[in-house]
Amino acid sequence: MELALVLEKFILVAIIFGISLVTAMYSTYAERKVAAFLQDRVGPNRAGPFGIFQPMADGAKMFMKEEIIPTQSSGLLFIVGPSLAILTACIGSAVIPWGQKLTIGSRVIDLQVTDINVGILYIFGVVSLGVYGIMIGGWASNNKYSLLGAIRAASQNISYEIAMGLSIIALLMLTGTLSLRQIAEQQHGFWSNGWFTWNVFRQPLGFIIFIICAFAETNRSPFDLPECETELVGGYHTEYSSMKLGFYLFAEYINMFISSAVMATLYFGGFNFPFMHHLGLSENLVTILGVVALFIKIIFFIFFFMWVRWTIPRFRYDQLMDLGWKVLIPLAIANIVLTGVFATIFK
Amino acid sequence: MSLFYFVAFLSVFFSLLVIFSKNPVHSVLYLILTFFTFTIHYFLLNAQFLGIVNFIVYMGAILVLFLYTLMLMNLNTETEPVKSNLLKIIGVIGGGCLLVTLIASLKISGNTEPVILRDPNLGLVKNLGKVLFHQFLLPFEVSSILLLSAMVGAVLLAKKES
Repeated sequence: MELALVLEKFILVAIIFGISLVTAMYSTYAERKVAAFLQDRVGPNRAGPFGIFQPMADGAKMFMKEEIIPTQSSGLLFIVGPSLAILTACIGSAVIPWGQKLTIGSRVIDLQVTDINVGILYIFGVVSLGVYGIMIGGWASNNKYSLLGAIRAASQNISYEIAMGLSIIALLMLTGTLSLRQIAEQQHGFWSNGWFTWNVFRQPLGFIIFIICAFAETNRSPFDLPECETELVGGYHTEYSSMKLGFYLFAEYINMFISSAVMATLYFGGFNFPFMHHLGLSENLVTILGVVALFIKIIFFIFFFMWVRWTIPRFRYDQLMDLGWKVLIPLAIANIVLTGVFATIFK
Repeated sequence: MSLFYFVAFLSVFFSLLVIFSKNPVHSVLYLILTFFTFTIHYFLLNAQFLGIVNFIVYMGAILVLFLYTLMLMNLNTETEPVKSNLLKIIGVIGGGCLLVTLIASLKISGNTEPVILRDPNLGLVKNLGKVLFHQFLLPFEVSSILLLSAMVGAVLLAKKES
């Protein structure tokens, strides 16, 4: 029985890992298509029908390119940087509940790798670790532009982590648990007791703060100052080439996928969808539909990330810091106070 | 138990590397690894919350700032001033005194019974929160005021400079 559990978890991890990588791969394609759509162009359309083999072509190109390690760089750390970036991007998915329990024969399969009771804090830890990949890589390149990019990434991540944590605290005051599965289960269905069950309707301000911070934490535009081409040549990955550069770019897309999943779970009901237990479907079918619903939400958020990227210009660095420290943190604290007041009144 | 000894060995090993590595940035990176082993220690003691907070606050925030500062200062062995032997000897004596004090205080306390065995669930978030906000409410609030005053002081100092 113990072996079966290990095997089950191993298969689940492998599937999630595969899905993360495929989603990240196709996010690169989607990004170019969305950009083309928003700018009234065609986008990649040469490799296969509608250019759907473009990610494979890009990947092959990345692998084939010459690998350059600058002679003045600190050798091992130069390799550790991108490895750490991709590692931290991939381990965040371990605590996300992908669906309800699936029953096959007599076996109940939990569609979550592990349900630790500090789930949100784990995600937080992984996010805060993510910046080391960029910092180490930027420093090890021994290039002033890379260093500036790395330093920007570090200060940006630390600043926005505070606002993110404060916005989460307001959410936790309502849910009363740190476990992501319990938070998802509390948002069951769509409507109960005269109000929406999804947390976004109970924490609208908190959600807005959270999503802004998620943009900053994943280094996505309009907060992509660590790789600001106009000022820093290429940012923290100026000296990188070949698949090491590929890992940095890939890590960004995986981070986007994971943060979309976290946002969908925390605020948009995770695997819940309206009328899920009024349709008279079997448990397994509801579970599978729930997984599909979660992925629709994730894909919407990924699209939202891209939509914003091609709509809003990049912030200036002082504006970024002002927004983080002088707007988002006071707002998040006000949100905590308001949540406390409301939670006491409408107990 | 063997896991504990392995992790403890790693802690000591990495903290020695912190001291002996020539490059300050490498030192900080080893310090990060040291703190990571501390997180594992907390998990082994069943203190999940403490472990993850150590992970977020120390590894994820404070050491990022350490690394940040050292990267900006761009220290290397050529430009670093050489310390005189007197300073080195004073450092060794000071460190030795601290070590003796720590060992003595541990010996006096003499509590060999592990706290964790009495209440294995103490480290979970719920229990820790209840203890902090009932039994230790006053010390908890006083320490938060201490942190607040330190923060205000830092802002004040920064304002004065400019």
